[in-house]
Amino acid sequence: MSHEHVSNTKRIWFVFGLLSVVTTIEVILGIYKPASLEFTHFIGLNLLNWIFYILTIFKAYYIVWAFMHMEGEKSSLRWSVVSPVIFLVLYLLFILLTEGHYIYGVFKDSTIKWNF
Amino acid sequence: MGATVTTANNDEKTWGGGHNEPLGASYGKMMMWFFIVSDALTFSGFLGAYGFSRFKFIETWPLADEVFTHFPFMHGVAAPMYYVALMTFILIFSSVTMVLAVDAGHQLKKTKVAIYMFLTIIGGLIFVGSQAWEWKNFIKGEYGAVETVGGSLLQFVDKDGKRVALADFAVKLPEQREALTRSKSTWFMEDAQTLPTYTVAEVQAGFKAHPEILIRTEKLTDKKKKTILSREESEKHLASAKYVVEGANLIRNEYGNKLFADFFFFITGFHGFHVFSGVIINIIIFFNVLLGTYEKRRSYEMVEKVGLYWHFVDLVWVFVFTVFYLV
Repeated sequence: MSHEHVSNTKRIWFVFGLLSVVTTIEVILGIYKPASLEFTHFIGLNLLNWIFYILTIFKAYYIVWAFMHMEGEKSSLRWSVVSPVIFLVLYLLFILLTEGHYIYGVFKDSTIKWNF
Repeated sequence: MGATVTTANNDEKTWGGGHNEPLGASYGKMMMWFFIVSDALTFSGFLGAYGFSRFKFIETWPLADEVFTHFPFMHGVAAPMYYVALMTFILIFSSVTMVLAVDAGHQLKKTKVAIYMFLTIIGGLIFVGSQAWEWKNFIKGEYGAVETVGGSLLQFVDKDGKRVALADFAVKLPEQREALTRSKSTWFMEDAQTLPTYTVAEVQAGFKAHPEILIRTEKLTDKKKKTILSREESEKHLASAKYVVEGANLIRNEYGNKLFADFFFFITGFHGFHVFSGVIINIIIFFNVLLGTYEKRRSYEMVEKVGLYWHFVDLVWVFVFTVFYLV
């Protein structure tokens, strides 16, 4: 409410351009899938997927910071919104993906075949 | 007058939490942020569950760019990614018009706010419509497949590895079975779903008659392509066919793993529901803008709050797009 009432249309269009460029890059990579990226692995993921996730986070940052105007909020609000999401999601993904991988191993190496 | 007087009690803003503004945001805005936190965690749970299932079936998961290949008015042309990319642009653009509406609201320019809100609503409607079209194609399917007794899926390809539709080779056998409906049977005999176009026997007979057709299993090779079997192996696999699968539903789908379609329906459906409710909320606020509600209030903060929700919907799509279509 006490934000400055100046127009920042310029920044909005800049962010729109940025998001469009990033999306275009993602789509091009998704269509051509360069083999050099797709078959090079780095910490459990191939490079292509790393790029996709990094670009996604990059886009998310700009949507939250510029469009949702998080950059104009107090740092206490920023932290109380962003940190629970980040840490809970990291934990959730860690536990789910580890367990998913474990079950994959069980299916692969034992006689259990159960598609659920 | 009561014994204790608080500032919030003798002031118009009581409903909005009074003049206390923890974290430097108004009551409504702060609560919108915390609603978004909880909604973000819900979506994370869904996407996490998708990741869990995908990791479980990492060697057999369907390839997204083989599934989503349709583009309007381009029949038979495989156009992977283009349509979702278009949808993504539409949603990003409607986010831009929304933030422009918020920006115009800061300057109390009623007409501008109304125009930008209107454009946002149109963008949202186009997105929901596109998603409906995407669902239609997904449900209808293109090639058809066969499910074995073991629950795995067999698809058909020609010598060059190009997909072949069931209709291209299956034969029509005389002994046709009609779908049981309530009018023709007792209730417990009703067919759970309508019958596919071909029976398993018809697909098997057609396969025998076309020696150039091979079977493709769900298994991914180390080049991330589906495994194509030799003719002998194909025959052996096809002998264990149990169902003919055309298109997709919540029980089985022609693209591969059953969970793939379930997650597709559930996650894009839940997101589409968010877009839809966002459009409804935007329409309400749009009319309030036209009626001059916020002009009288000298504050367009309400537009800002629905804007937060709308951007959040866009934010979720960014992740759904990556997880479902790119990775």
